[in-house]
Amino acid sequence: MKLREVLDIIDGKVISETVDLDMEVQMGCGADLMSDVLAFTHEGTLLMSGLTNPQVVRTAEMAGIKAIVFVRGKIPPPETVALAKEKGIPLLASKYTMFETCGRLYQAGLPSCGLFELTLKKWHEAFGSE
Amino acid sequence: MEQKNSRDISRLQALAYELKIEQAMTANVITVSPDSTMAEFRDILKANRISGTPVVEAGRLVGIISIEDLIKALAAGEMDARVSDKMTPHPATLYADEPLVHAVVQFSQLGFGRFPVINRAGELVGIITPGDIAKAMLKKLEIALQEEELHRYRASHIFEDIIANDIALVLGYRVVGGDLVRAGEASSGLKKTLTRLGIPPAIIRRVAVATYEAEMNIAVFTSGGEIVAEIRPDRIRIEALDKGPGIPDIELAMQPGFSTAPPWVQEMGFGAGMGLPNIKACADEMKLESEIGVGTRLEVVIYVS
Repeated sequence: MKLREVLDIIDGKVISETVDLDMEVQMGCGADLMSDVLAFTHEGTLLMSGLTNPQVVRTAEMAGIKAIVFVRGKIPPPETVALAKEKGIPLLASKYTMFETCGRLYQAGLPSCGLFELTLKKWHEAFGSE
Repeated sequence: MEQKNSRDISRLQALAYELKIEQAMTANVITVSPDSTMAEFRDILKANRISGTPVVEAGRLVGIISIEDLIKALAAGEMDARVSDKMTPHPATLYADEPLVHAVVQFSQLGFGRFPVINRAGELVGIITPGDIAKAMLKKLEIALQEEELHRYRASHIFEDIIANDIALVLGYRVVGGDLVRAGEASSGLKKTLTRLGIPPAIIRRVAVATYEAEMNIAVFTSGGEIVAEIRPDRIRIEALDKGPGIPDIELAMQPGFSTAPPWVQEMGFGAGMGLPNIKACADEMKLESEIGVGTRLEVVIYVS
């Protein structure tokens, strides 16, 4: 899905000064916990987050996140915008909640980044492997 | 190949937004006064080998005049006429601090050959032509491409160029304790270096995530430390060292969800007890040693091949 389509689906706005709206994202992930993002996202992911501090951009850089959407109408501080510019990670914003932003994109066909393997073992122990 | 081309084009588009008009324009513009005669204007064009100039009165732009106006005046025998009578008054201008893309749009919409560039006080600071735009973009593109490609080329051949039975590249990074703004710079530097070395992206991602979690731990919990990465053709070993306070119960600290992080760390999206389990998940080998009041040593090994 192109960032142009993402913007359209979530009625989003562009925060970064320059964005290549033809950039493709392959899957989506919604999280406010950066360690979870580091643990279970893949290259090419679009991250939805309600956190706006610079470490969100660092996390994106390490995890190979392609672009970030800040949800709930949150606008990141200048230091976050500056770091994202340096790292070449586009920043977008959505006025909708995390649930609605992710829901709209999922409904439009953007797949999830998969299951959280780190906790899957415990899940199977508790509920079986079905 | 097609993909590379489209990437180059979007890079050009991004450049047109990144560059400001003042970075592409010609400063020190040759100008003419509105009180000059057309004959004097002709001499200015001839002496400077140019085809037009802005008309300036006391630092302020009042018009623009070109060689076409001169030809018309010549044909009509009006070489004694004032520039002010033959110029185009109130010309379209561009602001020096606008993105270059504004100039691109104006040129294509209005079809003019040049635009005077003014600052926000209305003073003339330069002039820009389509040629200036092409030159500025090519220069910037070339610099950007060359720098990273050169780094990548040089670094990716380093192991081939060294002759030894055992090769290791050792990189050291300092981590400042308590500085949550700069935390991540070490991991960022390491990630960039590994990319230049030509390490496969999936391996780089695991090294980057493990190093970043370790770096955040040092920044949050300790007064500072260091990260040492030892890169060999077949494996990458990362060592994260700090001088305290130490981990009282390592087994407990390794449990997913166990955390001693203060609330302000949790507000940043960390401190949920997933750091060490994350590191373990990325590592092929992991060793964690800690002594209260002395410090902690974390060693992670990730196989390259």
